[in-house]
Amino acid sequence: MAEEKKKPRTPPDPNSAKYKLNQIAQKAYTDVQEAKARGEKVGWISSNFPVEIPETLGLYVCYPENQAAGIAARGGGVRMCEAAESEGYSNDICAYARVSLAYARLGSAPEQDMPLPDYVLCCNNICNCMIKWYENLAKELNIPMIMIDIPFNPDDEVSDAELAYVKGQFLAAIEQLEEITGRKWTEERFREVMANSCRTSRAWLEATAMARYTPSPFNGFDLLNHMAVMVTARGKPEAADAMETLLKEYQANHEKGESTFRAEEKYRIMFEGIACWPWLRVTSTGMKSRGINMVTTIYADAFGFIYDDFDGMIRAYCKVPNAINLEVARDKRIKLCKDNSVEGLLVHVNRSCKLWSGFMSEMSRQIGRECDIPVVSFDGDQADARNFSEAQYDTRVQGLTEIMEARKEAAV
Amino acid sequence: MYTLGIDIGSTTTKCVMLRDGAEVLAASLVEAGVGADGTAEAVESVLVQSGLNMAAVAYTVATGYGRKRWTGADGEISELSAHALGCHFLMPEARTVIDIGGQDAKVISLDDSGRMSGFVMNDKCAAGTGRFLDVMAGILKVGVDALGSMAARSESPADISSTCTVFAESEVISQLANGTPVPDVVAGICNSVAARVSALARRQGVKEAVYMSGGVAKNEGVRKALERELGVTVSTSPDAQLAGALGAALNAYRKAST
Repeated sequence: MAEEKKKPRTPPDPNSAKYKLNQIAQKAYTDVQEAKARGEKVGWISSNFPVEIPETLGLYVCYPENQAAGIAARGGGVRMCEAAESEGYSNDICAYARVSLAYARLGSAPEQDMPLPDYVLCCNNICNCMIKWYENLAKELNIPMIMIDIPFNPDDEVSDAELAYVKGQFLAAIEQLEEITGRKWTEERFREVMANSCRTSRAWLEATAMARYTPSPFNGFDLLNHMAVMVTARGKPEAADAMETLLKEYQANHEKGESTFRAEEKYRIMFEGIACWPWLRVTSTGMKSRGINMVTTIYADAFGFIYDDFDGMIRAYCKVPNAINLEVARDKRIKLCKDNSVEGLLVHVNRSCKLWSGFMSEMSRQIGRECDIPVVSFDGDQADARNFSEAQYDTRVQGLTEIMEARKEAAV
Repeated sequence: MYTLGIDIGSTTTKCVMLRDGAEVLAASLVEAGVGADGTAEAVESVLVQSGLNMAAVAYTVATGYGRKRWTGADGEISELSAHALGCHFLMPEARTVIDIGGQDAKVISLDDSGRMSGFVMNDKCAAGTGRFLDVMAGILKVGVDALGSMAARSESPADISSTCTVFAESEVISQLANGTPVPDVVAGICNSVAARVSALARRQGVKEAVYMSGGVAKNEGVRKALERELGVTVSTSPDAQLAGALGAALNAYRKAST
């Protein structure tokens, strides 16, 4: 077992990336609560809906996926899932959806509150379960739903036909929102938001790419926390500032040979799938105690969007990881593995996410073969704690460690 | 040099005393696993058989689900590595190991030097494990050890289609109520386990020679069903259930030697 380097706890530095990012993540909720209190119409929005649209219109929106992750990480996932199941929802449905649908009915959760919406914004580029989840929210709460359909793309590029199909929906969504909220779209404001979003994304992607150094200047589990800002606030200048601070800190760590990974980095792996939020500490400790740093994950990079204009923005949203074909998705991961000197792949077979877990069986086999790395999977769930066994996880991670150790010894 | 390996499983505890990493001096199997007091009994048994005391043991390695709870070991390894090492010792030409234990099923790939190169395990479900067979034996009111010989008497195996242990239980009861001969029901149960584990094996990739370890290896019905499903010879040996403990003792020898 790798020995943990203990560091004394110090008060957070207000100029640190961690402090800034935490502030932004908290403000994402308080801003919406304040807007609701002022009588403004607020929305709920899916994570890969183009945030540039509400941001340009000056609207306040909340992210049910982030809320569900927060509730699950703080121990409330099972209670909320059971509440949804008692309403008749199957336990086979995505646990984020169950938590969110339960919240819509209950109206509060001590782990993470957010105001109920006046409209919902749904985009299915991340998954199709999202459509039914948001339809039910809209029906239960008797509010409008704005839907952007971005189909799964079997081709390698975004065709002009797909661009036109999605662009029409972007424009319609803007019109619908103008009508619902009374706000107006301006090109000038859009250019500002686009610049912020690209600036934030550029810094974020550069920061995550710092894992190419050995040792990595950061613990990969940091990315799972910082991602919240990428999802909710990437169009805001303060998010760009915080991400640029994060990048500078990682650069400084690299120059000084330091890392936020508080153990000796013996092994470097890629983690595949959404985090197992109810068991975050267990999954993190299972790796860290063995000197395994999860240096990269496609899940983090998925929220970095770089583009030059309105059409470019649409193309970027058509290329998010769950909307692209297996070969393109595989090659992105292979690049991450090779760029970051990954020695093993740990796959979270997430009971909530049938799409992601479904394609990973074949994709992980191909990645393992191409990168010549061992691939190990474990069962879990993004928000339903009942779908995880600590002993099974531990055995699998230990098995992965033993393979990586044997390969290192054989290479000497 | 004497080294000790102990495999604390979900239903049984196995222990092996090894001399110089090459000769099995003593072995024991106690029908008590994690949470029960089988560990001390299993260790005591091999000490008595070998005429040694713990002071003579250079290194002890634990494996199995109870490996972290037992404080008597100098080290621990996963049951994956333990079975890989143990099976390589028992059958050096093995390149695929199928291990079906009390609560898990695993398929392990070995490279040409006998090192584990990959593995898959069952998901969070008892189907395809020894527990499935225990439950079915309970319904049939026969000993689990008798299932293999009963399956051999089957003329027309019943179709047990449910992969869930609980639903399969209802299915078995229905088959019995409909008058299906017990040997046919038992053969259907063995086929069901084999089908589940074969799917795991195909996912990992089957490379011959294939060796079966774990308690279920004693069940000829499951082993033969696996051969039919996979289209390969699946070998085993009387020591198959000790493979994990043997692997732990081999690992202990390696650690003590370096």
